[in-house]
This record gives sequence, C-alpha cells and structure tokens, in this order.
Amino acid sequence: MSNAVATPKKGGFLAGTANYLDERVGVAGILKEFGRKVFPDHWSFMLGEVALYSFLVILLSGTFLTFFFQPSMEFVIYDGVYGPLKGAEMSIAYASTLDISFEVRGGLLMRQVHHWSALLFVAAAGLHMLRVFFTGAFRKPREINWLVGFVLFVLGMAGGFTGYSLPDDLLSGNGLRIIDGMIKGIPVIGAYGSSLLFGGEFPGETIVARLYGLHILLVPALILIFIVIHLFMVVIHKHTHYSGPGRKDTNVVGYPLMPVYVAKAGGFFFIVFGVIMLIAATFTINPVWNYGGYDPSPVSAGTQPDWYIGWLDGALRLAPTHLEFVVGGYTWSWNILLPMIVGIGFLIIVALYPFIEAWVTGDKREHHVLDRPRNAPTRTAIGAAGVTFYAVLWAGAATDLIATNFKMSLNQVLTFMQIFLIVGPILAFIIAKRTCLALQRKDRSIALHGRESGRIVRLPHGEYIEVHEPLDEFEQWKLVDFKDYQPTLARPNAAGKITIRARLRAALSRFYFEDRIAPVTQTEIEQAHHHGDHAEIEAK
Amino acid sequence: MALKKNRRSPLAAIIVMAAGLALTGGGYAAATAAVEAVKPVTAAATAEQVTEGKKLFLANCASCHGKNAEGTKAAPSLIGVGAASVEFQVATGRMPGQASGPQLEKKKVQFTTEQIEQLSAFVATLGEGPAIPTDAMVAPNGDSTRGGELFRINCAMCHNAVGAGGALTEGKYAPALKGVSERHIYEAMVTGPQNMPVFNDANLTPQDKKDIITYLKYVEETPSVGGYELANLGPVVEGLFTWVFVLGFIIAITIWLGAKSN
Ligand code: HEC
Ligand code: HEC
Ligand code: HEM
Repeated sequence: MSNAVATPKKGGFLAGTANYLDERVGVAGILKEFGRKVFPDHWSFMLGEVALYSFLVILLSGTFLTFFFQPSMEFVIYDGVYGPLKGAEMSIAYASTLDISFEVRGGLLMRQVHHWSALLFVAAAGLHMLRVFFTGAFRKPREINWLVGFVLFVLGMAGGFTGYSLPDDLLSGNGLRIIDGMIKGIPVIGAYGSSLLFGGEFPGETIVARLYGLHILLVPALILIFIVIHLFMVVIHKHTHYSGPGRKDTNVVGYPLMPVYVAKAGGFFFIVFGVIMLIAATFTINPVWNYGGYDPSPVSAGTQPDWYIGWLDGALRLAPTHLEFVVGGYTWSWNILLPMIVGIGFLIIVALYPFIEAWVTGDKREHHVLDRPRNAPTRTAIGAAGVTFYAVLWAGAATDLIATNFKMSLNQVLTFMQIFLIVGPILAFIIAKRTCLALQRKDRSIALHGRESGRIVRLPHGEYIEVHEPLDEFEQWKLVDFKDYQPTLARPNAAGKITIRARLRAALSRFYFEDRIAPVTQTEIEQAHHHGDHAEIEAK
Repeated sequence: MALKKNRRSPLAAIIVMAAGLALTGGGYAAATAAVEAVKPVTAAATAEQVTEGKKLFLANCASCHGKNAEGTKAAPSLIGVGAASVEFQVATGRMPGQASGPQLEKKKVQFTTEQIEQLSAFVATLGEGPAIPTDAMVAPNGDSTRGGELFRINCAMCHNAVGAGGALTEGKYAPALKGVSERHIYEAMVTGPQNMPVFNDANLTPQDKKDIITYLKYVEETPSVGGYELANLGPVVEGLFTWVFVLGFIIAITIWLGAKSN
C-alpha cells in the first residue's frame, strides 16, 4: 500500500486554515448530529468518562468547601478541638481547613472526597491519554482534540497544585517554596517573577488568596470550557472503534447516544461517584493536622507533592548537582533550569506528537479505525519509552521512600535512577518494538494458517502434521486489517535540491518503518488455503 | 534550633525533683530492682550493681569497646556516655552491636532489666554522663502543641512530621518512632545515637523533651480521624493507591459491566 501524499493547497494561510478547520470540525450539521451520535462499547473508551465524572465530583465537593474555607494568611491563635495544635499560631487558611476537618459536619469527608477525586481525575485523564496514544486515535481528524485533551491534563495539574497549596500546612508551604525556588532560578527575571507572584518576599501574605482565585475560578472555568470543546469534537468526529468486520474508516459501530448511551452514562456516573465516596469514607488523605501550619523553618522528611506533580519534583531531585555557576553577576542554576527545560520539553513533545507523526507518514486521510498497538511498532515503542521516562521521573520523587522501605542506600537509588532515566527509555523502546514485531509475526502466521488445534494427524505415508483450524471472519479481520507504511525517500524539490527538511523526514520515516511486518493480503490468504499450510512466514 | 525557652517555672520544679530523686535514688533502685517499671538509676547505684555490671561488660561488650570501655577501632569509648546511653542502646536491642549494614539495627533485647541496670550503673561510674530519666520526666502529660512545634522544627526533617521515619544518606535512616517507649525517646534525645544529633538540655530543656514525648504519644495513641492511614507516608502512597486501587477498581467494574452486557 502506498502513502497518500497530500497535494499542497494554494490560497495562502487564511484559506488554508479555514480548510483545515472545516475538514476537521465541519461546523455545519453539528446540532442535527448530536442525537444520532453513536458510541461504541469498550472499557478503554470509558476512561475519559471516568475523568469527566470525577471532575463533576470535584466541582460538587469543592463548592461545599468554599462555604467554609477562608483564604487568608492572617494569623490567628487556633482554638479548635484538635489537641496538639490548640493555642498554636497559624494562618486563617490553615485554621479554617482544620475547622472543616474537625468541626464542620461532613467537612472531613468532603475534603477527602475533593482530594481523592482530584487524584483520580488526573489519573483517569492520564490513562485516557495513553489509550488514545497507543491506539493512534489522535490521527486525523482528531489532532486538535488531542491538543485540547493535553491542555486539560495540564490544567488538571494546575488545579491540583493550586488546591494543594491552599490549606497552608507544612506540605503545601514546602511545595510553594520549591516553586519559589524554581522561579528564582530563572535568570534575570527570576527574582522579579517571584516577588510578583508572592507579592513580596516568600511566603508573603497574599499567595493563598491569589491561588484561591485561580483554584476556584480560573482553572475550573478553563477546564469546563475545554471539556465542552473536547466533547463537542468527539461528537463531531464520532468515536473511533477497534477494527472488525464492517468497521471502517468511514463509519462508526455502536449504540446511538440517545437513549441507550445516555442511560448507561448516567449509571456510570453514579458508579464513579460511589467508588470515590467509598474510598473517601475509608481512607484518609492529606491529614493536614499532622503537618502543622506552614512555617518556613521546618522541613519534614517525606515531603512530596501529589502524584501528578511528582514527575517534576523527581526531575529536580535527579538533576546532577554542582551545575551552578556565575556569569556576569547572574547565577545560572542549571540544577534548576535543566529539570525545567526537560519537563517543558517533554510536555511539548507530548503535545505535538500527532503532528510529528503525521508529517513523517505524510498520511492525510481520516482514520476512524484504531490501530492495535502492535501494528504500529515504532509508535508503540516511542510510547513505551515516554512512559518509562515519565515513570522514572515520578519514582525519582520518592527516592527517600524507596531507600527506606527497600533498605537501600539513598545515594545508590539516586544514581541508579539517574542512569535509568537515560537507559530505561532506550531499553523500553527496543523491548516494545521487538515485542510488537514478534506479535505481528505470530498474527501473520495465524491469519495464514489458522490456529494450532493441538490435534496431530498421521498421513497415509507416515508424516505427522498438526491440524490448524481456520479462523472465522471476525478474527481474521482483526489480524489483517491494518495499514502498512513504507519508508519514504528524500525527494528533490521543484528546484531539484534535496532540502534538509526532506532529508530529516526521510530519516524519520526510515526510523519509523524500516522494520515492519506487512499485513497479510487477500491473495496470500487464498494461496495459503490452496497450498495447505506450510508456506513460510516471512517478514518483509 | 530549639524554640525560645518559656519562663522557667515548670523547669525549676523538675530540677529540684531530679535532685531529690538522685539523693534517695540508690536505696529506691535497690529496693525495687525486680519491678519492670521505669525508674531512676543514678550515680548512687549500689556497689553490687556496679560489680555485676562490670562482669557483664567484660563478658559481652569489652571485645568491641575495650576492657576499660576506652574504645577500640571497632567501637567508640563509653567513658562519659552515661547510664542513659547504655540503657537506650541495650534496652532497644542495639547493643551488643552486630556489624551489619550501614547502621546498627535494633535486635531482640538480650539482657534482663536487672542486667541492663547493672550495665548502666557500671558505665555511669566511668565518667559523668546523662542519667536515665525518671518516670516523671518522661510522662506524656506536657504540652502537645508546643511538642508538635518543637518536633517539626528539630526532628521532622529526619523522622517525618508524624514520626513515620525517613531516609538519610548512604543507606542510613531515621527510624519510625511508633512504639518507642517514652524513656527511650528521652534517652535518644540526650544521647544522640549514631547519626542522630544530641539534644542536650541547652538545646531542648527537659520540659521541651517532655512536650515532644507528649506530642509523639498523642499521635501514636489517637486513632486516625479520616479513616485508614496509608502508613502516614503522605502523597506518594496516596498517588500509588489512586492508580492501583481506585482507578483499578473502577476499570474492573467497567470490564465486568461490559462482560455482563455482552
Ligand atoms: C560488635 C561490637 C560491639 C559490641 C559487642 C558492643 N558494642 Fe556498643 N557499640 C559498638 C559500636 C560500633 C558503636 C558505635 C555506634 C555508632 O555510633 O555508630 C557502639 C556504641 C555503643 C554505645 C553508644 C555510645 C555513645 O556514644 O553514646 C553504647 C552505650 C554501647 N555501645 C554500649 C554497649 C554495651 C553496654 C555493650 C555490651 C552489652 C556493647 N556496647 C557491645 C559496637 C559494639
Ligand atoms: C539528623 C537526623 C535526626 C534528627 C534531627 C533526629 N533524629 Fe532521632 N534518630 C536519627 C537516627 C539516624 C536514629 C537511629 C539511631 C540508631 O539506630 O542508633 C534516630 C533514632 C531515634 C530514636 C530511637 C528510635 C528507636 O527505634 O529506638 C528516637 C526515639 C528518636 N530518634 C527521636 C528523635 C527526636 C525526638 C528528635 C528531635 C528532638 C530526633 N530524633 C531528631 C536521626 C535523627
Ligand atoms: C480543577 C479541578 C480541581 C482540582 C484538581 C482540585 C484539587 C484540590 C486539592 C488537591 C485540594 C487540597 C485539598 C486538601 O487536601 O485539603 C483542593 C482544595 C480546595 N479546593 Fe479544589 N480542586 C479542583 C477544583 C475546585 C473547584 C471547582 C472548587 C470550588 C468550586 C474547589 C474548591 C477548593 C477549596 C475551597 C479548597 C480548600 C479547602 C481545603 O483545603 O480543605 N476546587 N483542591
């Protein structure tokens, strides 16, 4: 099969953009479409919904918290019921969090609901993102929706971080102190940036109120808007589906949205809500009374951020030390700058991945049938590498806990992780790619020769063979229905020159598609049926 | 490091009390030697205790600490470490030491209370050092608010804000403080075992120490108000829990529902 190379369109930037959007968004007919939207059934398609429903739970519980929380950093003497803080001087924000926990009826439950659902929200969104990635659901026409989803994930992190900083306990203050340090680490503008954010020298007296505004207004509003855009685009594009007979790039198979799906979704909301309530009622989270009010002098062992910020904390911990030097009166703290660059770089690559892949394949067609991860070995391998990289950074935030709980030396854990941060993704890439190719070979042989039945038959002339059972149409389809790309060559442009861009693209194309297993063709299947089942399995 | 000391009222009382006890301590200790309760062992221990202690020392400790406890390459001198240090090291099962990892670990306690008193009494005669605190000094009836504050300032960076423990460099660690007796908490502060700093009475007054003990015991004995604690290890465990159990649980339900409908 050959690649569909797009014909360059004339008409300049504006027309191009309009066309781009219309091909993807097709504003006309949205309303008519909505009720007829069809939603397929597969558990991995529910992850986005889990995120959506946990966000609704966040909204409900958060609204409850706003009735009692006071975002003020003025000092009071605590006079509540919690013994070991009685008489302590603390901020009003912290005191009101304690009151929510101990004195407001249902307050502690609501705090725990809010926090557990926040963790779940980002986790479900993250897993949803991985599903989209590994199945290639981000391909045209869904690239923009991938970006929207990416923004949602980042907003989730922002919402969580601003919320985590509100109670003004030791952990939240330590977290803000790190942010303060990171901002100050930016050359030239760092100190100004920090004093702008904190309204003076850290910790100042306004940061909680400012974060409160972001946390209950701006971030949730943005998340809502982006969720609406996200869902709207899902409706316009319709959902993707896994391959099977009758499932094509031109249709969607599943239940109509009205009424079957809506009823199901309503039920599912209550399941998610129920699970969160159950967890929040049985497991404590962020017991702020243990940490004490924020005071810049103490730092507790085991100070960590919530999981979704963990990978950034890990990046800071894993950065080599001694990278600080002074140039022209300015201190360059590369041990802070490097992790920031790595973190932002990682996010940018994630955001742009669909566009990178589309450029490499040159594929401009629409895709509604999902890839099985094994059928896109290089993408799957890149994903595995990315997941490993993220996971090592994440684990990096827990070096101290890993050291104590597994009786290892903190220094060795750190060194190991620094090395594994580089080696791990490479290993993951190779292993994932080889595994995909092996699975594809297996699929190919099954598609051609059927499944091994375990039945051994002796032929009249004495030869033993194992009988292979042919597949039914459904299974056959799953195994053979995928698109096969081939590496493209760098072609000279109109002026007869091979540009660097073209070379880069050809190199990437080779990187992607050099090792590949071609899908079984119809002729091959027919041949296999005619000639018994001993044709050799070969990889092209 | 320590917070500014408050007026000296409770302090003076304790010093007077400790002095009084030191005078009568000898007879008292001898009379109640068999009782398990916490009691003062002071410089005025009986001569018999000291001789017995010396015998035990020569048999069990001298190989590392030297015949006169002067110290060897293998172990430090015990001259002037005081009864508190011996009581702490032996009654928590750290001594007699056993070379193992980067840090000497707690083991099963190898001596009876009586023998530990004898050992402490013997080492206390070698040079002046911190004495074993009295029951009253370690009773958890101080001010837990102040104790919490002092604990967060002086101890939490190693032991974690609720005493759940934490990592130090090169495989060393500050242990979790749950289940450590009041007296051992006090002794740990005055003697600073291994990588822990010494918190002498100028750093943390006896009242400060009592407050810290009060706080730790409060945290240990008060049941968690929010439900099961995830080992008190904070956000990392909460995050893992979310991924594995909360999300896992929901996915399991979805798969189950999907399987049912087909
Ligand atoms: C295997 C060798 C070994 C034996 C046997 C041993 N110790 Fe030790 N001991 C050590 C070492 C090593 C240290 C130092 C630990 C450190 O601080 O790193 C130590 C430290 C101590 C300390 C703390 C000193 C201080 O500075 O506070 C006391 C008290 C002590 N030992 C008492 C004893 C007693 C009593 C015995 C006998 C029951 C004993 N030890 C047996 C090796 C030993
Ligand atoms: C520099 C880090 C550090 C600081 C600060 C520190 N500790 Fe420790 N602590 C340790 C280490 C390391 C040990 C283990 C020593 C050993 O096993 O010999 C320890 C042991 C202890 C023990 C004995 C635990 C047991 O299981 O027997 C107690 C009790 C204790 N510390 C209390 C405190 C208190 C109270 C403070 C604050 C006043 C404090 N520590 C401050 C590092 C520290
Ligand atoms: C964007 C999604 C949101 C996330 C990820 C999120 C997350 C968090 C987190 C992790 C905390 C710390 C909770 C604690 O342990 O004490 C928090 C606190 C808080 N959140 Fe949110 N939240 C979100 C949206 C909202 C919304 C929409 C509201 C209000 C309408 C809200 C109101 C509050 C309040 C009042 C607090 C402080 C009270 C307290 O700490 O007990 N949040 N949030």
